[in-house]
Amino acid sequence: MAKILVKEVLTPQIKLMVVDVPRIARKAKPGQFVVVRFHEQGERIPLTIADFDPDAGTVTIIFQEVGKSTVHLGEMEEGDDILDFVGPLGREIEEKNFGHVVCVGGGVGIAPVYPKARALKMLGNFVTSIIGARTADLIFWEKEMRSVSDVLHVTTDDGTYGEKGFVTQVLENTLKKDTVDLVVAVGPLIMMKMVSLLTKKLGIPTLVSLNPIMVDGTGMCGCCRVTVGEKCKFTCVDGPVFDGHQVDYDELLARQRTYLDEEQRAMEVWRMKKAEEETIRVTK
Amino acid sequence: MSQNKFKGRPKMPQRPVQERIRDFDEVPSGLEEWAAVEEARRCLQCKKPLCMRGCPVEIDIPAFIALIAEGKFDQAVQKMKEKNSLPAICGRVCPQEEQCERECVLAKKGEPIAVGYLERFIADYEREHGVRSPYCFSENEKKIAVIGAGPAGLTCSGDLAKMGYDVTIFEALHAPGGVLVYGIPEFRLPKSIVFGEVDYVKSLGVKLELSIVVGKSVTIEDLEKEGFGAFFIGTGAGLPYFMELPGENLNGIYSANEFLTRSNLMKGYRFPEYDTPIKIGRRVAVIGGGNVAMDSARTAIRLGAEEVCLVYRRTKNEMPARVEEVERAEEEGVNCIILTNPVRFLGNQNGWVTGIECIEMELGEPDESGRRRPVAIEGSEYVIPIDTVIVAIGQGPNPLLLETMPDLNLNRKGYIDIDPETGATSMRGTFAGGDIVTGAATVISAMGAGKQAARSIDRFFKDPDTFPQWR
Repeated sequence: MAKILVKEVLTPQIKLMVVDVPRIARKAKPGQFVVVRFHEQGERIPLTIADFDPDAGTVTIIFQEVGKSTVHLGEMEEGDDILDFVGPLGREIEEKNFGHVVCVGGGVGIAPVYPKARALKMLGNFVTSIIGARTADLIFWEKEMRSVSDVLHVTTDDGTYGEKGFVTQVLENTLKKDTVDLVVAVGPLIMMKMVSLLTKKLGIPTLVSLNPIMVDGTGMCGCCRVTVGEKCKFTCVDGPVFDGHQVDYDELLARQRTYLDEEQRAMEVWRMKKAEEETIRVTK
Repeated sequence: MSQNKFKGRPKMPQRPVQERIRDFDEVPSGLEEWAAVEEARRCLQCKKPLCMRGCPVEIDIPAFIALIAEGKFDQAVQKMKEKNSLPAICGRVCPQEEQCERECVLAKKGEPIAVGYLERFIADYEREHGVRSPYCFSENEKKIAVIGAGPAGLTCSGDLAKMGYDVTIFEALHAPGGVLVYGIPEFRLPKSIVFGEVDYVKSLGVKLELSIVVGKSVTIEDLEKEGFGAFFIGTGAGLPYFMELPGENLNGIYSANEFLTRSNLMKGYRFPEYDTPIKIGRRVAVIGGGNVAMDSARTAIRLGAEEVCLVYRRTKNEMPARVEEVERAEEEGVNCIILTNPVRFLGNQNGWVTGIECIEMELGEPDESGRRRPVAIEGSEYVIPIDTVIVAIGQGPNPLLLETMPDLNLNRKGYIDIDPETGATSMRGTFAGGDIVTGAATVISAMGAGKQAARSIDRFFKDPDTFPQWR
């Protein structure tokens, strides 16, 4: 059991929860994730650790409501208990002074890129961060990202806030202008693919953090397997951070679509159930 | 004791095929009381019982059978539980034909006493009648951490608790039972039975901490600081092997671990009532010939697959699965394609598997396992069209815990190296047993290892100098 201490609505679909898990907070490192299940019939979903505080004994998760489980989780409130909260899982990113690091966070990927940027900044790296989203409403944690970056760029696809365009365009400009030693990119798969294509061409080492479908999250099932440099890796134990130039993104994009039909069906069933509950409430 | 020489070994009553393939309820229904008593009376009560030699958990087999024959079921329960904390499980999934029943004197005539059926009968009797074994605990301040709530860990914990130790089990998953809950399907081992046995172990005073991944959430060192004085590692094998063939990451290809975990632990067969989905195609191929392969194939049938085939590179004689499991699978419509090995997986443009290219095999000279080595017949490749593949070719050691214990000696294959007499590892006060030592084996051998380790841990506290490796 893990109690939700704080809940914040960052954007209409992105929510933040600070959870009371002293054991996990003591062990967490940037780059790691947790597996969460919040009711008896629930599935196990992996969520990146966006922040952690060993002294307070808390871990912060930030998630986007994309399907039944995340919508359901988003309805939980402060004081509620999360049934299972397992972690920290996966490997941490290598913490050292690389020189100039560019951290790219796309959409909800801003959350997992934050602890990495913070750790790298504390180790003396010069950190340029580029965060972006589709539109102004979806940008969050600008202040937090600014506090751990030497330079911060904000982009929106539609130009409603910050620079108009994709994070990759700002990245390209930065790479042309400055010497960059490492790029860390977290966001939608397609964004990480585009970033990697760009940096590969320029020969700049790039780390990406993958978020495939998982079940146990401890290496037991192989659901999260991904081809990295011709080798089959399990994201949950070998990752989630990998060399972006080696990842087979197209294979992973296909694997992400495995349960599209089922996800849709689960969502419909959930909406119907909610509508029924609402009718009962109103008639009472 | 009366012996009935005219009646033979009873048949286990089981549900008809057409009924059972439509649900996940248990297939065999257990012996009725009269049949159990009659079978118990057939036991010769040998002066030197050979059956006990075949039992890894040292059950006093003739004694509990004699009590059944006399109708003293409560006492039979207690006799059983002196040695075995999990009889309802053993009575269902132990390969008795290779253990107690093989040693039975009557086996020579082809009709050994049905020890497994009787064990199950007595365990079910206890569950239905609520018999509680009389254990009083001597308080003991010695704390022991057991890592993994599978058959090895549960047995070790139960035995230590009976000796009066303060035992805590740390389990990575959200439910206890290990392979008993994520691996073995409901129709072979109902989960209510597993949880009943776990409740018994808890009733002995064992504490259970779920969703704790030792090595990640907490390390052995942390637990030492918390005052734990000895450790038992029973984490299971838990890292599925793949075939490393082209196309293996196509959609629709599962490891047996994933497929069974989705169905059993996560109850995917009840989607969308339960959130975890499971995909099943019209045509399903299971690769492998062990019990896990049979479980996967029979699960696929229940999930609604029209055709399920099992692809195995040797012949039925070499299949590691229990004969009974192969029979049940075939009864339910599983088609065994033997002497056939996959070469690569074929897919469509959306990344879904559409077929397996296979090659035919023939048996050559025996290999190190004593089984004849399968050899590919050149030019015999052909394609089996398929929508779902389940790879059930075994598993290796899960690295999560082991990589955080650099002082732990591992063997060539990456499993934990132990002293076979005691279960002691290279690290002082740390013992191990089950699949993380032997590689994938049986539930009962893991239980035997848990029992042995419990005895050694007791000795370690009382007389640590008897472990020369830690001096």
